[in-house]
Parts: sequence; C-alpha cells; structure tokens
Amino acid sequence: MNAWPLLGVAVVVAGFALRRNPVLVVVIAGIVSGVASGMGVGDLLALLGTSFASNRVLLLFTLTLPVIGLLERCGLRERARQWIDGFRRLSLARLLVSYLAMRQVLSMFGLYDIAGHAQTVRPLLAPMAEQAAARDAPIDEATRLRMRALAAATDNVGRFFGEDVFLAFAGVLLIQRFFDSQGIHLEPFAIARWAVPTAIAAFVIHGLRIVWVQRRLARRKPAAEATDAAR
Amino acid sequence: MLRVEHIYWLVGAFLLVAAFMDARVKRWSAAAFWAVLSIPFLFGDAILAAAQSGVRWPAQAMGVGLIALGVLAARGKLRTHEESPEDDARRRASASKFGNPLFVPALAIPLATVALVLAAPHLRWNGAPLIEPTQATLISLGVACIVALAIGMRITRAPFAESLREGRRLLDALGWAALLPMVLATLGSVFASTGVGDAIAAIVGATIPADNRFACLVAFALGMVAFTVIMGNAFAAFPVMMAGVGLPLLVLKHGANPAVLGAIGMLTGYCGTLLTPMAANFNIVPAVLLELPDQYGVIRAQWPTALILLAVNVLLMWLLVFR
Repeated sequence: MNAWPLLGVAVVVAGFALRRNPVLVVVIAGIVSGVASGMGVGDLLALLGTSFASNRVLLLFTLTLPVIGLLERCGLRERARQWIDGFRRLSLARLLVSYLAMRQVLSMFGLYDIAGHAQTVRPLLAPMAEQAAARDAPIDEATRLRMRALAAATDNVGRFFGEDVFLAFAGVLLIQRFFDSQGIHLEPFAIARWAVPTAIAAFVIHGLRIVWVQRRLARRKPAAEATDAAR
Repeated sequence: MLRVEHIYWLVGAFLLVAAFMDARVKRWSAAAFWAVLSIPFLFGDAILAAAQSGVRWPAQAMGVGLIALGVLAARGKLRTHEESPEDDARRRASASKFGNPLFVPALAIPLATVALVLAAPHLRWNGAPLIEPTQATLISLGVACIVALAIGMRITRAPFAESLREGRRLLDALGWAALLPMVLATLGSVFASTGVGDAIAAIVGATIPADNRFACLVAFALGMVAFTVIMGNAFAAFPVMMAGVGLPLLVLKHGANPAVLGAIGMLTGYCGTLLTPMAANFNIVPAVLLELPDQYGVIRAQWPTALILLAVNVLLMWLLVFR
C-alpha cells in the first residue's frame, strides 16, 4: 500500500486550519495527492480536467440567481418579513419546524432539489426566521446572524435525512450496487425502509433544538424589558 | 429532446455575461475567473467525449484551467457590496408596492420543478420524450428558473438586462465560494483514484479489536463520519468503509444485517456532512449567501444535531443489525 497520497489530506487539513483560500488549497491538495501517488503530469491534468467537467452539476444553482436577484431588488426579503409580521401566531419554532417537516417529506418523494440555500433559504426562510425571532423584542446582530445560520442548518438536516427513504435516490442505489458487487442481493426497498428510524430521530432532535433556541430567546426578553424599565 | 447539456449551456452563457460585465468595469481577474469557469459548461460534453475516445488534450487543458481558477480565486477578494440606507428604504417601499405577488416567482421555482418532474413521462414530441428521463429533475429545475424569471419580469416590469445585472451581483458576492463545491468533488475523484481511501480503510482496519462486535460497529460509524469529513461526501466514504470494515468484520464475521448496516451507515456518514467545510455547497456556500461573517457559521448551527444523531445512529445499529 502506498501511503504517500495521504499527504493530500494533510494539505487540506493544514490549509483549512490556516484559513488559506479554500479553492487554492483544494487544487494544491489534488496535485500533491496525484504527484505523491506517482502519477505523470499528463495523466494528472487529464484526471483533474475530466473530474472537474463531470461535476459541473454542482453549479446548476447559479441559474436561480438572476430571478432571485431581481426579486430581491424589488424587495422580496422585506416582503417576507412583512408577511411574517402578519401572522402573530407563527413563532420561530413553528416556522422552522414546519419547514423541516416539509423538506423531509419532499425529499422522501425524491424532490430534494426543489428547495435549497439559493432558492428558498436566502430569499424567504432566513428573513422570515429573523423577523419571527425579533417579533416580541428586538434582537442583537449576533442573534440575527445565528437565526440565519439556523435556517440554513434546518434546510440541510431536512434534506439529508429525508432523501435516503426515497427508493430511486442515488444513495440507496449506491448501497444496493455495492452489496450486489459483493454477491449480496438486496431489494432497494429493503434498504430504504431502514432509513426511516434515523429520519424520525433527525426530525425530533433538530426540532427540539429549534424549540430550545426559541425558549432561550423568550427567556432573554423579560431581562431586556427590565433593563429598559431601569432606564 | 431537452437534455441536461442544454441547461449547462445556459449556465455557461450566464457566466460569460458575468465575465463580460466584469470586463467592462475593468475587473480583469473576476472577468477571467468567470470566463474560464464557463468552459466546462459550454464544452463539458465535448471534453468528456474526447477523453472517452482517447483524445486527452481537451481534458488536460481543462486541468490547466482548473489550476488557473485556483490561482485567480486566491488573488481576488470576496466583494461584499455596500448597503446604503436609501437602498433599504427603496426596497421596503417596493415591497409594499408589489405586495405578495413578489412571492409568486420565488415559489414558481419549486412548484414548476415539481410539475415538470411529474409531467415529464407524459411530455412527448414526435414520439420521443421531450425531457431526457434520466435527468428529469435537473432539466426541470433549469426550465423552472426560466419560467420563474419570465413571471418575475412580468410582475416587476423590469427589463431582462436588469435580471442579468442582479444575477451577476449575487454571483460576484459568492465569488470563489460558488466554485468550491465543484473543486471539492474533483478532489474526491483524485483521492479515489490515488488510493487515499484504501490507505485510510487499512489504517482503521488495523487498529480495531476485530473480535468485539460493538468496537467494530463504533469504528465503522466513526470511520464513516471521519472519512466523510475528509472527503466532504458520504458517497465517497461508503464504499471505502464498507469494504474495509463493514463487510469483512460486521457482515461476514459478526453476521450483521447488510440492509440495515448499509442504510443507517450511509446516514451516519451524513452526520459527518453536517460537520465539514469540505461539503461546501451545504455548509460554506450558504454562509456566504447569507452574508455571515463567519464562514463556519452554518456548521456551528448544526453540529449539536449531527453529534446527537450520530449517537442515536450507533444505538439504532446496535439494536437493529444483529437481530
């Protein structure tokens, strides 16, 4: 076994730890790993080029930017905040937990690309979450940023832990193909149903964390009012 | 027939427009960055087809382009545009003027995507499917963006050029973060072909007490997480950990149920995805999109969920795989 390609991993860890530009770090790590494995320059460049071109699907989300940018210029995020203000009973926890549930169910039906950070979180969910958190008392900038991050985290959790229940999802097929190549034959459904307990656990854990965040916000409010009164 | 390649051409065209707009204001490195990045979208099929048939120079040129992108990314700074109070007031007035119809185009992206995915099997043109069935979701997403843009331009009565300007503003705000997911996936392929995975599986396999099935299970779960954190992708970790630890030790030696181990093992890897900057499209891109000053802000918001769920997954596997 040749352990030298592990140098590439070391480059990534060191580069991220030193907060160098991630793109450059990753490109260098790829070159280091390739050279350390004894690959020729021509082979390495061809490998980099073909892998890069085959992964272009990951930039497909940029097609949402023109319409999202246009709508933002016309006040979409401000409108999302105004809309939340109209629903006095839609608390932060209710907003995020129902988004989490919806995202998981949609993922289960294979519709995991219909929502996302560019399409739904930045223009809609994040401003709504900020506004819902600030409903009863103003929040400081750090809390505002934490609410945005929580909205993004909720999208990730909902997407990840719903999708493996879907039969045709690449993850289930990957598991099935792996065992198939080892002489163990499984039906996709036999695999997918075992993703259900984790999907439920993910909903409960993240849902409770959201409720806990809301509790802590509510607990800070009386304190804020008290200091206001003292002034 | 509408193929996913057509959608990629659209992305490439948008990137070229962004490059052109940057060149006009003499932001040369940004212009070069977007122009080089448009190449895999405009010529991706040709590059991959040539590589398949043994012509390697286009792929090698793309490899050089990738290195150039890395250098350009390190040179350019992320541009955070300045927000003036007038902008804020103008947008608030505009929000009140247009009202709830502003939501229509934003919601049209997911809704039109679903509608097209569901309708795709029935849409036919001269007997051939109108949308390539294997890539129906991605093609539908691309078409839905165009539909949403058309609705948005109708509602706001803004010209097409303005949507391109606004799109390029967001693209410039993303900067190198937009490219990071693609570069990381490339690194995953390089790691796979240079044997990084085999080396890690060998190290994990050599360090665990093979006779203790709980120790094997924990090693498998932690290996999935650790390897996903390194590769940024549970799909890359799964075959490595399964071949190195899961199959020989848990399934063959201790009689674990492969379906349960596979399903929950993969989801244990996803806990690692929540923890790593290497999964840039889920963890770093949204931090930049949401203008968080800390690029690890999203990871900070989700690590408790990931760790608790990891413990639950180990417990679930312990209860379910050895029945």
